[in-house]
Amino acid sequence: MPTQKIAGSRIWHRRTTAKQFAVWLGWLTGIAIFVYCWRLISEKTIWFFVTDAPKQAVDMAERMVPPKWSYMEVLWAPIWDTINIATLGTMIAIVIAVPVAFCAARNTTPSVHFVRPAALFIIVSSRSINSLIWALMLVTLIGPGILAGVIAIGLRSIGFCAKLLYEAIEEIDHSQVEAVIATGATRSQQLSFGIVPQIMPAFAGISVFRWDINIRESTVLGLVGAGGIGLQLDSSISTLAWTQVSLILLVILATVIVSEWVSAKIRHAII
Amino acid sequence: MNQTASTRIWKRPPFIKSPILRWGLWFGVAIYLALAFGTMEIDWARAAEGVTRGKRFIMAFFPPDFSSRWDSIQDGILESMWMTITSTVIGIMLSVPVGLGAARNLSYRPVYLFCRGILAVSRTFPEIILAIFFVKLFGFGPFAGFLALSVGTIGFYGKLLAEDIEDMDPVQAEAIKSVGAGWLQWLNYAVQPQVMPRMIGLGIYRLDINFRESAVVGIVGGGGIGATLLTSFDRYEFDSAAAILMVIIGIVMVMEYSSGYIRRWVQ
Amino acid sequence: MLRIENLEKRYQTGDLALNSVNLEVPKGQVMALIGPSGAGKSTLIRCVNRLVEPTAGKVFLGDIELAHLGASDLRRARSRMGMIFQEYALVERLSVMENVLSGRLGYVGFWRSFLRKFPQSDIDEAFNLLTRVGLDHMANKRADELSGGQRQRVGICRALIQNPDLLLVDEPTASLDPKTSRQIMRLICELCEERQLAAIINIHDVLLAQMFARRIVGLQLGNIVYDGPPEGLSPEVLTQIYGEEDWEATIEAAKDLDEDEAEAELVEAVDNVITKPGSTT
Repeated sequence: MPTQKIAGSRIWHRRTTAKQFAVWLGWLTGIAIFVYCWRLISEKTIWFFVTDAPKQAVDMAERMVPPKWSYMEVLWAPIWDTINIATLGTMIAIVIAVPVAFCAARNTTPSVHFVRPAALFIIVSSRSINSLIWALMLVTLIGPGILAGVIAIGLRSIGFCAKLLYEAIEEIDHSQVEAVIATGATRSQQLSFGIVPQIMPAFAGISVFRWDINIRESTVLGLVGAGGIGLQLDSSISTLAWTQVSLILLVILATVIVSEWVSAKIRHAII
Repeated sequence: MNQTASTRIWKRPPFIKSPILRWGLWFGVAIYLALAFGTMEIDWARAAEGVTRGKRFIMAFFPPDFSSRWDSIQDGILESMWMTITSTVIGIMLSVPVGLGAARNLSYRPVYLFCRGILAVSRTFPEIILAIFFVKLFGFGPFAGFLALSVGTIGFYGKLLAEDIEDMDPVQAEAIKSVGAGWLQWLNYAVQPQVMPRMIGLGIYRLDINFRESAVVGIVGGGGIGATLLTSFDRYEFDSAAAILMVIIGIVMVMEYSSGYIRRWVQ
Repeated sequence: MLRIENLEKRYQTGDLALNSVNLEVPKGQVMALIGPSGAGKSTLIRCVNRLVEPTAGKVFLGDIELAHLGASDLRRARSRMGMIFQEYALVERLSVMENVLSGRLGYVGFWRSFLRKFPQSDIDEAFNLLTRVGLDHMANKRADELSGGQRQRVGICRALIQNPDLLLVDEPTASLDPKTSRQIMRLICELCEERQLAAIINIHDVLLAQMFARRIVGLQLGNIVYDGPPEGLSPEVLTQIYGEEDWEATIEAAKDLDEDEAEAELVEAVDNVITKPGSTT
């Protein structure tokens, strides 16, 4: 008990002594781990470069202004490609994610012991591997270009969409499904009358949300050769064309802001 | 709806009421798809070649080879972990003041706009672009990756913290104000208890994200397992690459399971 | 103790919530503030401790004018006014004890409160209050484990540990069942009596107001339309406050209640005996 009686007046502490000790120990371990990690990083860091960085940053910023606006002509096509990669990739992901999600949700899966673990494995492996790594593999497999980007975004998004979707399916109101079952509906009828109407808003929200994220991710796929504006960014950086770099960054900023605005509008309209 | 004396026909009303808008939308989608596929310069021959080679390619991943590059895999993974931990800690520490400033019910308008600006910029650019610049400024190595992940963490965590504070129960906050608490006391007694459990959960989630991101900042020279992974791809050592990917997946799975436990414990 | 002069509040939407209200509450008086929803009851008491900023007018607590105090003086003034809320407003994730001690925040420094190292006198007082309301065995429970009546008692302790000169009570019974409502009202009135506190109680239940308060103020659209003893609440007055309705029954019931008061006390005493050990009201 955190309260104890000493000499007639009751002492109150927030925690028991043992708990307080555990909290302190937790903090101590946490700080120790942090300090240890920090030391290892700092060993691998050339601090001269770090102290020099502000000067470098000013230098770089000076070389970046003004952005080379004429370069915009070259950029329209990559922007279009970037948007396509995100949109088509999201579409592919959704098409695959829906059945995976139904297999992964406890209340709709055909088999808890065989299908569900498989579906969960698909979700985890798709989620743990960054789209850039997917792109890296696909570029080696099917060659550089937009197709690799689209598939990479698709593969990466399956896990994300399926995870959120199956959580939504598991959270549905079961009494509504029971009511449909009570009418003597078949399994597919239960699905379309009891479950689908309930998850529709979540589904739409997830799709738009992922599309928004994918716009951001597809801007960098070009770094490994998978198409989009990242290609221009990569080549501009490697040729030290800083005025082009700054323009590309502005374009990315604008694209992301616009896509965020669009997705917010759509989500608002749906919900 | 067709209405006669004896039979009434019912059809499910379409989701979008106006037929012009509905058909226009379908038409728009069709045009978009046509344009997108039309302008996509796909080298189908190369892709087809890839598909025929696909089997060989996929076979090259198996069996994963943990042993021949184990030293560099181990180094890379450890480096990724250091980066993950330090960047999560520093990023969250920095995002707390920014998040407080970006909560509309807490701060003054200029502060609010300034903090929202910081969050917007740090959220816009993917960690890998940030990493490119930090590598240019600070040199190759984990420090640049650490900075990129930290900035990404500020954007993510700060925004969610601000939103959580905006969603808190205003009456509890009012009650603590009404006893004459100072601003810091108010934060400690009214705000912190309300947002803490969710924020701990999100912190663990961000740790998870940072680990996954730490695998890619290495591609541009930001340290961590990414560099090892890129090297093995460049050398066509797909079996080593497969080993690296499996280690990543394994660690992510462990983190996901343990985070579930920690979250339940915090509640 | 409390003097309100020409208090006016106009919300940004343009709604006039309080229209030049004048009011004086002496020491030790329990005043019930009745009126329909939207009459400005809540706004009035929130203007006193400035959780809502009044647009015009003056509020005096003792000699101190509250409406124009700076931040730190306002905090000091707030610590002299206890407030009890409709939905209890306990910080749900803190323990009962922490909630009660949070009433002392105006008196202790940040670090003491951060480390939960309150002076022993505060902790003694907290235990005294919790014992007084029959909750001392709950001190280390989390606030969200408590029932409505228990939470409101913790809310009362939090207000009283401030050692206030004035209690502001906002619909203390709106979320409680009828029996608990009476217990809570009785508790508040007894405590005010014991400590000679002035209190403003917002309440929309006319019956309860008549039962427990010796002075009733009726508010309608931001104007005071009645100020007097509970016996003066005639059907005409109630119609003026709330609008046309058959008020005879309400007044009859209130009379019966007065007569039944003695009996009610008895029932209450028995209830307390029954419910006190491990009470889960």
